[in-house]
Amino acid sequence: MTTDTTTAEATAVSTPGETVLDARGVTMRFGGLTAVRSVDLTVNSGEIVGLIGPNGAGKTTFFNCLTGLYTPTEGEVRYKGTVLPAKSFKITATGIARTFQNIRLFSNMTVLENVLVGRHTRTKEGLWSALLRGPGFHRAEAESKARAMELLEFIGLDHKAEHLSRNLPYGEQRKLEIARALASEPGLLLLDEPTAGMNPQETRAAEELIFAIRDKGIAILVIEHDMRFIFNLCDRVACLVQGEKLVEGTAAEVQGDERVVAAYLGEPFEGDPGAAEVAEVEAAEAAAAPETTTPGTTTPEAATPTTPGESTSKENDR
Amino acid sequence: MTTTQTTTTVTAPAPTAPTTRGPLTLPPHIARATATAGGALTIISAFLAWTWTSAFPGDLTVYGYPGGLQWLVLVSGALLALFGLSSYGIKGLTWLTPQGADPAIRLASYAALATAWFSIIAISVSLGGVVNLEPGAYVAAIATLIGWIGARSLPYERPENHPADPEDSGFEQFKHNLSNRWTTYKSAFATNSARPAKPLPSYIEILIVAVVLALGLVVFTYGISTEYDELFIGFLITAGFGFAAIQKAGLIQRVTTLTARHRNVTLVGAFVAAAAFPFTQSDDQYATIGVNILIFATVALGLNIVVGLAGLLDLGYVAFLGVGAYAAALVSGSPTSPLGIHLPFWQAILVGAAASMVFGVLIGAPTLRLRGDYLAIVTLGFGEIFRIAVLNLDGTSGPDVTNGSNGISSIPNLSLFGFDFGATHTIGGFTIGRFANYFFLMLLVTLIVVVVFRRSAESRIGRAWVAIREDETAAEAMGINGFRTKLIAFALGATLAGLAGAVQAHVTYTVTPEQYQFAHAVPPNSAFLLAAVVLGGMGTISGPLIGGALLFLIPNKLQFMSDFQLLAFGLALVLLMRFRPEGLIANRRQQLEFHEKDEAPATLTKAGA
Ligand SMILES: Nc1ncnc2c1ncn2[C@@H]1O[C@H](COP(=O)(O)OP(=O)(O)OP(=O)(O)O)[C@@H](O)[C@H]1O
Ligand SMILES: [Mg+2]
Repeated sequence: MTTDTTTAEATAVSTPGETVLDARGVTMRFGGLTAVRSVDLTVNSGEIVGLIGPNGAGKTTFFNCLTGLYTPTEGEVRYKGTVLPAKSFKITATGIARTFQNIRLFSNMTVLENVLVGRHTRTKEGLWSALLRGPGFHRAEAESKARAMELLEFIGLDHKAEHLSRNLPYGEQRKLEIARALASEPGLLLLDEPTAGMNPQETRAAEELIFAIRDKGIAILVIEHDMRFIFNLCDRVACLVQGEKLVEGTAAEVQGDERVVAAYLGEPFEGDPGAAEVAEVEAAEAAAAPETTTPGTTTPEAATPTTPGESTSKENDR
Repeated sequence: MTTTQTTTTVTAPAPTAPTTRGPLTLPPHIARATATAGGALTIISAFLAWTWTSAFPGDLTVYGYPGGLQWLVLVSGALLALFGLSSYGIKGLTWLTPQGADPAIRLASYAALATAWFSIIAISVSLGGVVNLEPGAYVAAIATLIGWIGARSLPYERPENHPADPEDSGFEQFKHNLSNRWTTYKSAFATNSARPAKPLPSYIEILIVAVVLALGLVVFTYGISTEYDELFIGFLITAGFGFAAIQKAGLIQRVTTLTARHRNVTLVGAFVAAAAFPFTQSDDQYATIGVNILIFATVALGLNIVVGLAGLLDLGYVAFLGVGAYAAALVSGSPTSPLGIHLPFWQAILVGAAASMVFGVLIGAPTLRLRGDYLAIVTLGFGEIFRIAVLNLDGTSGPDVTNGSNGISSIPNLSLFGFDFGATHTIGGFTIGRFANYFFLMLLVTLIVVVVFRRSAESRIGRAWVAIREDETAAEAMGINGFRTKLIAFALGATLAGLAGAVQAHVTYTVTPEQYQFAHAVPPNSAFLLAAVVLGGMGTISGPLIGGALLFLIPNKLQFMSDFQLLAFGLALVLLMRFRPEGLIANRRQQLEFHEKDEAPATLTKAGA
């Protein structure tokens, strides 16, 4: 398996086995709805971990808990051994960066400026420095620009540095979001459906890109509905269903697990009290395409539409 | 283009079909010649006598020399002729119309027609009848009419309109036809995409910038020193249509590219031009307006940091001007100041700025945790609280600090390095009066604010402001401390207003609470400040300066309509937002934001918080 060899190389780069992210018992309640229920998840350095689950399973909510957009109702998240601060900008400074399921670029800023904003935590120049424009200011600006251009080259967008980000095609916007996140020099990158709305070639390119990021020594946690993508990419996969972690293991294990398939098909999950309404929605969705799913060969993705309009216009994603 | 021309030739012999061409329509090549000739004739008519008596202001009785309103007609006619000639592809003149000349010709013909006819009607009305007109007036009326007929006959790409459904009710049909007409009308002003400019040697580009700045100075000086209502209204008509014509020609954009390329030259040039203003004046009468415009525009520029860059809707901004003014007044040595101390000006201005900053932080710290509409309401409230608090700190309802509604009066004139700002000086043969002195001082403050705006906008902190304006959640996820960043913008904006306030206190002799309201017939007030930013162009430097100048000048000049001022102001804002939402001077980003032809990918619609 190609993934295995690359993993071996990558772990050689950084300290092998060091736990980068350690989430324990993360629970998120919105009033009566428990969107995430007592989820444990670890990500080790050099690893790419996948997070799958049907629509509304709580994947994005879990991400929001990790990045401080939501404060988890219960549970604790540690990054490299230290408990994360509560504010999202502090978490970014600590070393966790993310992208959004529904792209949230600064649409009226240029591509380069977007990446420069990502450098915010790694630069210090305040208002005084900007007003006085000493040599330190110019040096820092030049350095930031150089780093940003490097990143744009890395994702292949350096020729569009001066374009407004809103004018980029969809796939490039997703890539730019990744570059912007990388600009904060994270130790862990959280990607929320990075290939949603991409065509197969773009998806392939995204896989390459994610490998290249991992090879830089950045651990990655990725939410994705495209099971082939998950299969190619991930060292470990966790499946979230109705807010609970159902299984965790290699991609093949998780994909073959009948509980996962059942969950995607909308079979009621035994002994689950809280999320009846979620289950209903799942059932309705799954009922739309029941005949396409055969365990092992076809992907659970088939039951969950991943058209761009569908998965990106969701209102509840922050 | 070709298709329209063929249809024209087909329909031209039968001008009875009103939906396609309308009456009074000429074949295209004749139309072009007619429009240009109309422009030329308009120029000539401006040199003729329009009335026999000099009772009408401006003395329009002289042959061979234009006066008053005739100058405006001359300018608009020249604009029409110029664009007309440019449409013939005359070398050099085509530079003026990168987006095609025809829409510009159309608007210029409106400028000429409206200005000339307005003048003639104004003369007839004020002198009591058309008998008071001399032949020159008729020449002007006919010349502009000819120009207009020529311009409206120019061919343009007509949109495909669907006829109204005959089954619809009468009103529905009427609405439909109206909207068809409107689309057709609009398409007459559709521009081509701009032809790229040939690269010019850089000294020529700088020369062009200098000429543009000089023209700007002339236009502003002219507007400020218009002596009677008719002239100012005529000025607005000509300037409005003229600006639209130049804009449609693509000239503004072309010049903006040049000024962007030579930014420092433009900055220095603009300040030299502004500093030249008092030298164009023989007495201090209009320098008063000049210095007040500067104060207003500078405060608007400070507000632009808060509103335009950081996207914080602040409806109580004028309070910061007030804090600065009061703080400086209290330490100015005014006999009515309860403090009774007299600090030198550099200390007073720092006190003003510092007081505003403290006030800004005090207001910002609790309110900036709110988003959007809440912030607007809370700042509106705080703005009023400031005014009412100042009103009550009069010794009876509260401690004696501000003298209540009497304010702090008799603020002494400044004296810097032995230069008495209250006295009239003679510099190189020019008399520079009191207000002109303050004009120079205020210009210095404006320069400081411009530099602060520019430098902070183009830095890490400026990018953070824009990022927060664009998407606060994403900005926080990128490591930006939203609250802190917004507080810096708020405090910086307040400080700059305080700076201006300190000067304002000395210019106006007296500070009273009434000067610092939310909405008021006279600027500066919070509503007008915000309008100046929005009208001028958010996030730009020149926008609020120009917007501020206009919003100060118009109420100041048109005092006869003071009762309707706020109404007219509201109407103007609505119209502006409908037709040019990005403001007069479009920021490169907003230009794209509001007028993007091709739809942005649907994925960009932001969902959720
Ligand atoms: N701010 C919120 N308030 C209330 N309910 C919320 C909120 N955010 C999410 N939810 C609910 O939590 C559940 C999980 O949503 P989430 O967006 O995390 O799902 P997801 O796994 O990311 O789904 P998808 O695959 O469609 O992106 C949903 O039922 C959603 O409606
Ligand atoms: Mg999601």
